Amino acid sequence: MIRHDPLMLRVSRIESLSPTLRRIILKSADNEPLPVAGPGAHLSLTLASPKKVYRNSYSVVSFSGDHYELIVRRVEDSRGGSAFVHENLKEGDLLPSTVPLNLFPIQVGSRKRLLIGGGIGVTPLLSFAKVLQENGDRFEMHQFVREDEKAVFENLVQGVGSKNIHIHTRRPKEGEIQALLEEQPLGTSIYMCGPDGLMAAVDEAAETLGWPENHVHREVFGAAGGKPFKAKLAKSGCELEVGENQSLLEAIEEAGVPINSLCRGGACGACMTSLLEGDPEHRDHFLNNEEKDSGKLIMPCVSRAKSAQLVLDI
Amino acid sequence: MSIAYKPDETFRDDFVYSNSDTAILRFPFPFIEDEYMYSVNIEPHVRGGETGAFEAVFDVDEHYIAECRERAMVLEQDPNRCMVLPHMMTAQWDTLELIMESLAEDYPEDFTLEKDGDAWTWTNRPLGIKDSFVFGDVDSLPLEPFEYITRQAQGDFTLQDQRENNLFMDGGMVTTQADWSLEFDLGMSFHEWHGPVPVAHEINVFDRALQYLLRLQYGNPVRRLNWTMTVNPRLDTSPENYPIWGPDRTTLTPENIGGKLHLRVELQTLFRLPRSNAILFGIRCYLASLDELTRVPKWGRRLHRVLRDLHPEIAEYKGTTRYREMAVDYLSQFDDGEPTSPGIGPDVESL
Repeated sequence: MIRHDPLMLRVSRIESLSPTLRRIILKSADNEPLPVAGPGAHLSLTLASPKKVYRNSYSVVSFSGDHYELIVRRVEDSRGGSAFVHENLKEGDLLPSTVPLNLFPIQVGSRKRLLIGGGIGVTPLLSFAKVLQENGDRFEMHQFVREDEKAVFENLVQGVGSKNIHIHTRRPKEGEIQALLEEQPLGTSIYMCGPDGLMAAVDEAAETLGWPENHVHREVFGAAGGKPFKAKLAKSGCELEVGENQSLLEAIEEAGVPINSLCRGGACGACMTSLLEGDPEHRDHFLNNEEKDSGKLIMPCVSRAKSAQLVLDI
Repeated sequence: MSIAYKPDETFRDDFVYSNSDTAILRFPFPFIEDEYMYSVNIEPHVRGGETGAFEAVFDVDEHYIAECRERAMVLEQDPNRCMVLPHMMTAQWDTLELIMESLAEDYPEDFTLEKDGDAWTWTNRPLGIKDSFVFGDVDSLPLEPFEYITRQAQGDFTLQDQRENNLFMDGGMVTTQADWSLEFDLGMSFHEWHGPVPVAHEINVFDRALQYLLRLQYGNPVRRLNWTMTVNPRLDTSPENYPIWGPDRTTLTPENIGGKLHLRVELQTLFRLPRSNAILFGIRCYLASLDELTRVPKWGRRLHRVLRDLHPEIAEYKGTTRYREMAVDYLSQFDDGEPTSPGIGPDVESL
C-alpha cells in the first residue's frame, strides 16, 4: 500500500543505552502496516516541544515489519530536537513522521564496501552491515568512538555477527585513513557517516589516491527545508512567512494566491515565477546557469532565499 | 463497481477489440491543449484527476483478461521479452509487493492478498489464480517474482537500478511496446535508452527529467502521459516483430482510417522501491480508434489540431509520416473551429 506523509507512529519502547544514547522503537499508531525502510533510509520526525516544533531526521537502524528502530544521541549544541527526545519523549507518545526516505542506499556493483563511521554515525552503517552480512557481500567496517562508549558500541555491532567490524576508541591517527584506503582492492566503495572532520579526512584520502568520486558515498538527509524567510507577493499584495519545513510554493498556496505547479521537484518549470527583489537560493534543475545568475526567475517548489526577503511578481 | 471484462478480445490477426462508452470516457486523452511539444510533464501519481485512468495505482479495465492472455502469447513466442539482471532480485520482490498490495486495495472484488508474516496468499479472481508462497523465497513461486506478477498486470514494466548518479534499465517485462526493444536497451543508462528521441535532447528535457527521477521518493510516485499512433489495435508493436506490423501502415484508406487508426496512449508511472532503491517504471498502454475518440467533441477538435500542427521531426519519430495527412483530412470533419477547454477531460458525462 502506498502511504503518504505524515505517518502516525507511536513510541513503543525507549531504552537508555548510555547517558547520551537512547534507543527508540516506533510502531504504527493506526494499525496500518508500516512502509518499508531499506538500508540507509531515514525518518523525519515532527517533535513538538512546548516551545517549538522540531523536524529531525534519524537513520533507521533496523526495520522488522512492525517497527522501526532508531538510536538518538543527545548533542550539546543540537537544534533542540535530540534534547527533546532525551528529556521529554515518553513511551506511548504519538509522533508524526515522513515515510522512510532513502538518500544513502547501498548501490550495486561494488567488489567490496568499506564502511567508516564516527560516533552516532554508526546508525545507517548498522543497517548496511546487517544486510551485507546476510547477503554474504564482502565488507569491512571501521567505527571510531570515545573510550567511555566502547562497550555500548561493541554491544550494538554484536548483533550483526560479523568479524569484519572494528571499533576504535580514538580519533583516526594522521595518515591512518589513507593507509586504510590504500589496502582496499580495486572496485571498493566507501560509505561513511560521522563528524565533518572524519568525513573530510576520508574525502581527502580518496581524492589523493585517485578514487572515482562515485565510489565515495556519505549520508545525506533530505534538504527540503531551510532557514525561514519572508516573501512579498507584489501583485496580490501578500506578505508571507516561509517556515523552515515549508516550501515557498506551499506558502503561496496556503495564502490562497493562484500559482501553477506540476512536478513539485524543480524539473518541469510549471511554477516558474518572476523575481523582483532578493537573493534566491536556486535548488532546481530547470533554470540554466545564466538564468539562475540573472536572479530574475525562481522555482518556488524547491528554491529558497539567501536574503531575508524575496519579492515575487505575482 | 465491478468491471465488465471482455475476455474474448484479441490484439492480433482478427483484432476483436473495442472500447465501451465507459472505457472511452475514462480514456487518458494526452493533449492538455491544441498543440503538442515535449516537456517534463510529470505530476504526482495520486488518485483522481481528469481521467478515470488515474483512480487506481495500477489501472485495471475491461481489457484486463484479454491483455494478460496476449502477454502470455508474446512470451511463449519470445521469452526474452521478460529479462531481469541478477542483481535486481530485491527489486523483483519490491515490485511484487507493490503491485499485489495496490491491486488488492484498489480492486478488492477481484484481487486479495493475505499475509501471515512472510507467508502470503495471492488470489487473482479474473485470471483464476491462487498461490501461496513465502515472500523473499524465489523457489516458493512458479516464476521469478517480477515475471510472476507482471504477467498479471496490464502494461509494460521496466526496472531501473540507481547508481553513479544515473539510472540503468536492468530489467523489464515488455510485450505491449511502441517500437522499442528491452533486449536492445537492457543495461543502458538513462540518456542511452532515450538516444533515439528527437528534439527533446536539445531542450534538455532528459537532463532535467533524470535529476528529478534520481530524487524520486518512496511513497510519492509520479506519472506522465505519452502517446503515439498505431494501425489496428495491436499491443505488440515491437522492433522484433516489425515485419508483422510495419506493413499495416500501407493498409489505411480514407474509408477505413477512422476505425483502423488508433491513438496509443501510455500512462507512465514511476515508483521508488523501498528495499532495492530501484525505480519501477510502468508503461500502461491504452488504444482507442479515431472513431471512438471523436465521439467526444472536444477530443475530435483537439486531435485534429494537434496532428495538423505537429512538429515534423516528432511526426517522423512517431512513425506517422505515411498517413498523417490522411488522418488530418479525416479528422477535419470533427473540427468546427470552436475553442476547446484547457486540460484533458472529455467535458461530457455520457456519449
